[in-house]
Order: sequence, then structure tokens, then C-alpha cells
Amino acid sequence: MSEPGARITRAEVTHVARLARLALTDDEADSLTRELGVILDNAARVSALDTAGVPPTAHPVPLVNVLRADVPKPCLDRDEVLSQAPAVEDGRFLVPRILGEEP
Amino acid sequence: MTDTTDTADASRTDQWETVVGLEVHVELATVTKLFCACPNLFGAEPNTNICPVCLGLPGSLPVLNERVVEFALRVGEAFHFDVPERSIFHRKNYFYPDMPKDFQTTQYDEPICLAGWLDVDGVRVGITRAHLEEDTGKSVHLGGGGRIHDASHSLVDYNRAGVPLMEIVSEPDMRSSEQARRYVEELRATLLAIGVSDVKMEEGSLRVDANISVRHYGDEFGTRAEIKNVNSLRSLARAIDYEHDRQIEMLERGERVKQETRHWDEEAGCTRPGRSKEEPDDYRYFPEPDLVPIAPSAELRAHVRASMPELPAAQRTRLIDEWGINDHEAGVLLSTPGLAEYAETAVVALDGGGTPKDVVNWATNDVLSYVNETGLSPALLAPEMLAELVRLVGDGTISRNQARDVLAESLREEKWPKAIVSERGLAQVSDEGALGAAVDDVLAQNADAVEEWRSGDDKVKKKKRGFLMGECMKALKGQGNPQLLNRLLDERLARG
Ligand SMILES: [Zn+2]
Repeated sequence: MSEPGARITRAEVTHVARLARLALTDDEADSLTRELGVILDNAARVSALDTAGVPPTAHPVPLVNVLRADVPKPCLDRDEVLSQAPAVEDGRFLVPRILGEEP
Repeated sequence: MTDTTDTADASRTDQWETVVGLEVHVELATVTKLFCACPNLFGAEPNTNICPVCLGLPGSLPVLNERVVEFALRVGEAFHFDVPERSIFHRKNYFYPDMPKDFQTTQYDEPICLAGWLDVDGVRVGITRAHLEEDTGKSVHLGGGGRIHDASHSLVDYNRAGVPLMEIVSEPDMRSSEQARRYVEELRATLLAIGVSDVKMEEGSLRVDANISVRHYGDEFGTRAEIKNVNSLRSLARAIDYEHDRQIEMLERGERVKQETRHWDEEAGCTRPGRSKEEPDDYRYFPEPDLVPIAPSAELRAHVRASMPELPAAQRTRLIDEWGINDHEAGVLLSTPGLAEYAETAVVALDGGGTPKDVVNWATNDVLSYVNETGLSPALLAPEMLAELVRLVGDGTISRNQARDVLAESLREEKWPKAIVSERGLAQVSDEGALGAAVDDVLAQNADAVEEWRSGDDKVKKKKRGFLMGECMKALKGQGNPQLLNRLLDERLARG
């Protein structure tokens, strides 16, 4: 097994944390870099197998075309839904100022 | 837009080529959303068409709408796509409140439609792919004049979240704003004909992003800018022309075009850079574990193939051939939903009392103006009434000018033209005896004018003849058949 941390850098860990909107302390970033490295090492053992003839699996169940008829069903009650939201205005969810671009 | 002179513009056009590729998002006209049974409705009260699936509540599971698969196959047929044996959905991860799940379910590297094309005025435009994805919710930004960056907070309505979309991505095969506009027109007409979308740009059921770059003829592609927020065909053409000028000016100053997203500002007539991001997009796509692959069966493929309607390109060729109309007229007929069908029914109802060309003239002028003014669909109008009007003009009962008023009233009041003509006493006098008598009276009362006509040069002749014709029409209260009246007047003047 290779040295822990070799498969992922600290910079990659902070990048992924940012994408997931997680605020990490320096200590947390260090320990996560180590721990994720160990997980990736384990995953690497699977990569070592010869999978040349095995198709990639997107889904564990061998099923296709699970479909539903295009028929409407009742929706949720708006007041009930909005009562669960932290803030509401005009029948809409009120959210803080949106930073960044719409994707 | 620019302060350069015409000659400078001309030399530019010689040197620079615009390259345009378009991404068209189309909302599919299903009854329910893509992965849940909420109604797919435009204009409902905010947050009334929402459920645990489209709100992304824990434990909820998406199930694909079967009609969406059929619609995608129709798109596949219409644009000559390959529809692979299997396609799958991915999660596109991002944080933005327009998707409560914090990801958008979309197709990524295994889309349902690959490598199609659309012929636009004889030029083949390649279509790289068409894939399925869910639409997002709608946000309203408050404070800061509605502008996103100055807003104090935003309000979100999730009625649109989960509405089925197809994103249709063209190759960079277009070379002018006009061609891009025509591509969207043709795409729109085709989508409408196959019944998969109502393609209303003003309601956002068809949205266009444009990738634009410029290059010297023969060079490699230049760096492109992606233009968003284009809400009409007119804006699309304006935005492309603006970008074309902007990029050429930069390059001629020795600057480089930046690859970026820009927004079209309709009022200012320009594009502006979006807020620049600190990092490139990183959506961490991965296969959606809650959805199984789509594998269209041979039966479904055959069913779709057998049920495809005549496509606009074929309909256009047929109408031009059968009706003897020109390309422009056919284009106008086909670009307004329902107008071609309206004209086709009217032509059948003519029953020999006029030509298809007459029908097309009225349909693409007076009827189209009425449709545009009222916002009514031509499908709600009675084509048989137009056919009757054409017959009334054809047999000389009323003149073209009278027919315009009659048609206006017929459309407005849903009344048969014949009834209007008899109510208003409009019927044209086409009786040769009555018209001849009127001409004789006028000539007798205006002997001076007749004499001046006889002795005058061409100019005087023309003027006096016009005067006499006017007097005849006046004597007949405007109801004389003009062709007949002209002939009778000329005959009598010549006879002396
Ligand atoms: Zn729903």
C-alpha cells in the first residue's frame, strides 16, 4: 500500500470542500487529506483488477425503462410546504441574496 | 452600434467571418413534469405545482415520464438523430436556490439523441446532440432594481422545477445572424409540427443561448463568447451582430477575445460580461443512481416512426409546388403556428372559386395581422369564411378593397362574408348595361373634359381619363366593377 495522502493532495481536499460549501479548519483539512487517501488506496485495489471485458455499472439493478404514465396527481398544499420554510414572501421561498452566476 | 464608416464595414465583411453555434432549450409539452406527477403548467400561482420529488425532499424518488421518451424519439426522427440503444441520466451538482436538490438531473455523456441535422435554406446545419434534463425553478430578485448582484434577497417559485426540457446543441455551422435566426425558425416550426412543445419564446418554453466567434476566412475557429438572455428572434440577430462587431474591434486593436458568458441587454442593445467566477465550473457529474437507463424498444421506435406528421420542410416544398407560391410566402405561412393548416382548409373549401395563391395572399396579410393583433390562434378561425370571401372577389361580386373591410368584419364578428355583403349592400355592379349607361351619362355631362382628352398629349390624356373614371365611380357610388368600368370607358373614348 502506498503512503497515505499520496492519492489526493491537500489542495484537492480544500477544493472539494469548497465545492460542497464546507468550511474546514487547517487541522480538519490535514486529517481529511489523510483519511480520504486511505479510502482511495482501498478503491485503488479494485482498480488493480482486470476489468477490460466488464461494462461500467451505473446502476446495480439490471433494469431499464422504469416509466410512469403522463397523468397528473395532486400536489402538496402550498401553505403546508411554505410553513416548513425558514422565510416566505408572496407565496414564494425567500432566500438570501444569491451570489455567483446562475449555472 | 459602432462609429465606423460604411466602407470600413464593407472591408470588414470581406475579411471576417462570424461563426455561430446555438443551444436551444425547449420545454416539452407533457401533462406532467419529467420525474413527478405535478402538472407541467405555465402561469400557475407560485409553488402550487410542487411535490416531494421536485422539492427534493429526503426519501423521494424520481420516476421518468413515459411521454418524454416518446417525445425525444420524435425529436430524434425529425432531426435525423441516432438514438442509441441506451441513454442515462447524470447529476450535475451545484449550489443555487433554483434547484432545491442542489443538483440538476440531466443527460451528460450518454444522451438520447446524437449527431442529427437540419437543412436551413439549402444549408445543412449539424446538430451535435439533444438531451433530456429538468428545468429549474424561477427566482425573482428583490432590491437593487431586480438585478441579481445588487439584490437584497430573492424569492423562488418551484412550479417550473422539474419541467421536462430538451437541450438541442448545434454545431458551429452558422455564419450570420440571419442564418441563426432562420435555423431557430425552422427548428421551432419542426418542433411545433411534431407536437412536442408549444415553442413560445415569450413564455420561455423555447430559450436560446448563442456561441459566437469571429475569424479570418480560412482560419481556425476563434475564441467564443456565450450569449445568454436572448428572448426573441430579433434579439438573437441583434446580439449576434453586436458580438460580431465587438469581437472584430477587439481583434483589430490587437486584443484577445475572452472566453466568457455574456448577457444580452435588450434595452441598451449590447452584451455585458457576467460576473466572472473565481474558478471554472466543476459540476462533478456522476450517474444518477435513482434512475435506470432509457432503452427505447423496437415497438416504440416503430410506433413513433409511423406516427410522424409531414415536417415543415416537406410541407414547404409541397405548398410551393402545388400552389405556385414563393419561398417567402411559404415561410410566412409556416412560421405562424396553425396558419398553414388554416390556408390548406380554405384552399379545399374554395371549390374552384379562386386560386390557392389568392388564399395565401389574404392569409399572410390580413388574416396574419388579425392573428398578431388579437393573439388568437388561426386554429380558432373559420377557413371556410376566407374561402367564401375569395370566391366573392373572384366572381366580381366585391372589389379587393371592399373585401378587406368584409374580411375584417368577418374575422371580428365570426360572420360569413356573403351575409356582410348583403347587409351592407356592397355587391359590386357588374352588369354591363348599367355600367355602360353610367359611363355614357358621365361623358355627356363632361364634354369639355372629353374634348381636352381628345386634343391633349399623353400627360393630359392620362389626367383627363383618370378624372372621367373617378366621375364614373362616383356616379356608381363606388360599387362599379373597376375592370369592367375601365374597359367600357376606354371603348367609348376610343369610339369618340
Ligand atoms: Zn413534483
